[in-house]
Amino acid sequence: MTTKKLVIVGNGMAPGRMLEDLFDRDKDAYEVTIFNAEPRVNYNRLMLSPVLSGENTYEDIITHGDDWYAANDVTLHKSARVSEINRDTKTVTSENGITASYDKLVIATGSNPFIIPLPGKDLDGVLTYRDLDDVDKMLDAAKRGGRAVVIGGGLLGLEAAAGLKMQGMDVTVLHLMPTLMERQLDPTAGFLLEEEFKSRGIDVLTKANSHEIIDDGAGGVGGIRLDDGTEIKARIVVMAVGIRPSADLAKSIGLEVNRGVLVGDDMRTSDKDIFALGECVEHRSMCYGLVAPLYDMAGVIADNLLGGTSEYTGSVTATKLKVTGVDLYSAGDFAEGDDREEIVLRDASAGVYKRLVLEDNKIIGAILYGETSDGPWFFDLLKKGTDVSEMRETLIFGQAYQGGAPLDPTAAVAALPDDAEICGCNGVCKSKIVNTIKEKDLTTLDDVRAHTKASASCGTCTGLVEQLMQATLGDEFNPAAVTPMCGCTPLGHDDVRRLIKSKELKSIPAVMQELEWTSSGGCAKCRPALNYFLVSDWPGEYEDDYQSRFINERVHANIQKDGTYSVVPRMWGGMTTSDELRAIADVVDKFDIPSVKCTGGQRIDMLGVKKEDLPAVWEDLGKAGFVSGQAYAKGLRTVKTCVGSDWCRFGTQDSTGLGIKLEKFMWGSWTPAKLKLAVSGCPRNCSEATCKDIGIICVDSGYEIHYAGAAGLEIQGTVVLGLVKTEEEVIEYVCALTQMYREQGRYLERIYKWAKRVGYDEIKHQIMEDGDKRKAYFDRFVYSQKFAQVDPWSERVSGKDKHEFNPMAVLTKEAAE
Amino acid sequence: MTAQIRKWVQVGSLEDIPREGARCVKNGDMTIAVFRTAKDEVFALEDKCPHKNGPLSQGIVHDGCVTCPLHNWVISLETGSAQGADEGRTLAFPARLEDGWVLVDLFYSHEAV
Repeated sequence: MTTKKLVIVGNGMAPGRMLEDLFDRDKDAYEVTIFNAEPRVNYNRLMLSPVLSGENTYEDIITHGDDWYAANDVTLHKSARVSEINRDTKTVTSENGITASYDKLVIATGSNPFIIPLPGKDLDGVLTYRDLDDVDKMLDAAKRGGRAVVIGGGLLGLEAAAGLKMQGMDVTVLHLMPTLMERQLDPTAGFLLEEEFKSRGIDVLTKANSHEIIDDGAGGVGGIRLDDGTEIKARIVVMAVGIRPSADLAKSIGLEVNRGVLVGDDMRTSDKDIFALGECVEHRSMCYGLVAPLYDMAGVIADNLLGGTSEYTGSVTATKLKVTGVDLYSAGDFAEGDDREEIVLRDASAGVYKRLVLEDNKIIGAILYGETSDGPWFFDLLKKGTDVSEMRETLIFGQAYQGGAPLDPTAAVAALPDDAEICGCNGVCKSKIVNTIKEKDLTTLDDVRAHTKASASCGTCTGLVEQLMQATLGDEFNPAAVTPMCGCTPLGHDDVRRLIKSKELKSIPAVMQELEWTSSGGCAKCRPALNYFLVSDWPGEYEDDYQSRFINERVHANIQKDGTYSVVPRMWGGMTTSDELRAIADVVDKFDIPSVKCTGGQRIDMLGVKKEDLPAVWEDLGKAGFVSGQAYAKGLRTVKTCVGSDWCRFGTQDSTGLGIKLEKFMWGSWTPAKLKLAVSGCPRNCSEATCKDIGIICVDSGYEIHYAGAAGLEIQGTVVLGLVKTEEEVIEYVCALTQMYREQGRYLERIYKWAKRVGYDEIKHQIMEDGDKRKAYFDRFVYSQKFAQVDPWSERVSGKDKHEFNPMAVLTKEAAE
Repeated sequence: MTAQIRKWVQVGSLEDIPREGARCVKNGDMTIAVFRTAKDEVFALEDKCPHKNGPLSQGIVHDGCVTCPLHNWVISLETGSAQGADEGRTLAFPARLEDGWVLVDLFYSHEAV
């Protein structure tokens, strides 16, 4: 029998799940081809909100990467929007001319955001919130600051509002109805939610009817006008008022379509060889926009594709708002009615509101606000239609109060049924987690995340997963314990650092022996950490172990995805000369370097250098006076400066000169994680010193020292350490601060995380107020610099580590045969 | 493969490779990474991580494994298989020491068996 052909139009989460179900059952039944209008692989759309708020990245939310398609022999056409389906010849053709024939076809075209037909809806800056492109556009807009207006106070709108606020924009939410999320929440919970958003500085206007979007005069959004005449200035308007099934394609080929593509319980459309799946579907007059029903449909189709007779009978849905710090859970129907009863629990001081709606002694609706851990249990009772009359009195207090069970959350989790969903993002149920823990002997949360994906996305179920681990593993699991450095030791970074000092351990083998490492030679996590601790604690005595350094620090360049390297020479304080630029140009030509780029730290990056060429590149750069910029180091990177009083009419001090002095004083020093500095000549802060690890703001009366900024995965302004009067003092205080961080930081812990952990007051006390302490830190910094300030490039040009840069052997064809 | 054809090629001396490190051997279009462990054992893998083709020769060598420099996959030096939750395998070639010389069998790889 020849393999049948399955074609899928659309590559969202629902078809991803359907294929997993299909392949689980029979890997070879179909030859699968997917047409995806988006130019990418499959990602978790539920997790767009954490990407918008900056808590996750696109890579984190990929569910099926390129490897998955390859491994499963699935042909994925990206950026291929289907324009034509011929039901007679059974072929599908995309706009870019790809044709595929099918035996079975699955239409999973998803949905489109609903655009309110307001005047001005086509202006630049009117956005929707549906896919990654929308998120990218919002992030772009957020960088420019200003105000965002979000139309729609439902799930998506609120998540967008919270994300944009976290990205630094001012945000106003406009909602047509009197309370937020009225489809999932009752007015009380809606009110609590509104208060929560207001307390975060997000303006919420309910009963707000938009009239028109105002032009800023240049074709962009300038603001919005409401029916009552109110005007709100804004840079962007995000429409998040709902979705519409995307059913045009199905309609164009004559399938029966109402709001969505009509399907029967077997998920077939009016053509028996064509299924429809996901948000484009209308089933028993319902269109779904949440993930759980789509997964249910996916399972039914997978079975029916294999000749089964599964039926989909509709889903009851539960909703969770994915905004960090807001606990909200809603499921089922909660309208009031004569034949309905309700149970309500309020705890104002704790901000908790719970309401259950009962009919015939069964739960038909649940809203939990502020404390949602019983959500899955209530939802389970609801789905199963369990008679709750026996436990009515204590029902609202949750599962822990039932049947004489102890008030122990672990026991409550242990009592959950096997099919209770623990992780909503990834659809992982209890039995899957428990079985995997047992089968694979998992003992840490990270292991469970790696193997089951539970708690690996938004993380709101982390507590539940930990309780499950506790229930399954008993004493073997200890979540309160210090996180060990790695699998080779139960000790955490702080203990290891303390013991290295107190036991005077001065080599990696000595540490491993004395602290009873469980592996013979450590691993790629602990070895670089130990090497750093020893370099930092025993300057002049400990000999750097190059084999324990990450490749970048071993070969003094940055490895790129194709195995080539990038080279960044130091440009002190961002200053350069025509001779230097000429030398760089010559090197680029001579070694045929494909890319040259200005870095964010005011230097020049040469990308795509072959490893074998590195020493020769460095030699030529060295002749022009360049040294390594250590752009690869967990150590001092750049000191960014503005032109200061030399040129700028606002400059109060010589910021460039001070930056160069700092860089010359501090280069070569190793730190727990990278360290980037900046000096600004006045509070206008052109060198962006207030988001750096350490930043100096020059003022008339001296120099304000800032530190603990972050502008990467997290964004955080700096904290002021204090004001000093002279450049010499700046250097002393900054080096003392750096030394304190060097001595206390956990490996790979940036200064802002260390500071948060140790406490800003304590740091201020030790550096600004305790002169003896500061002097001692400074002296130790200066001493260690004696051994650290050796240019690694010139060392290697002189022949050190030659073996690193050349192959050991080049076999000719004859030798190989 | 039924018949086992073997072709041991001398690629250098043990001293050429840093302990807990690796060196590359170019064999036509393929690069083979030859590793030396803390206990002076030698292993040879194709210099390509099964994940995204990262150069394994540039990774940190520890306990019979190497950690890829690009995304920290841990690969067994002996079998070429990814460890832990990751799945994938890179070509592994038999390697041995003879009088301080490192020999690699270029015809035979675990994948071919």
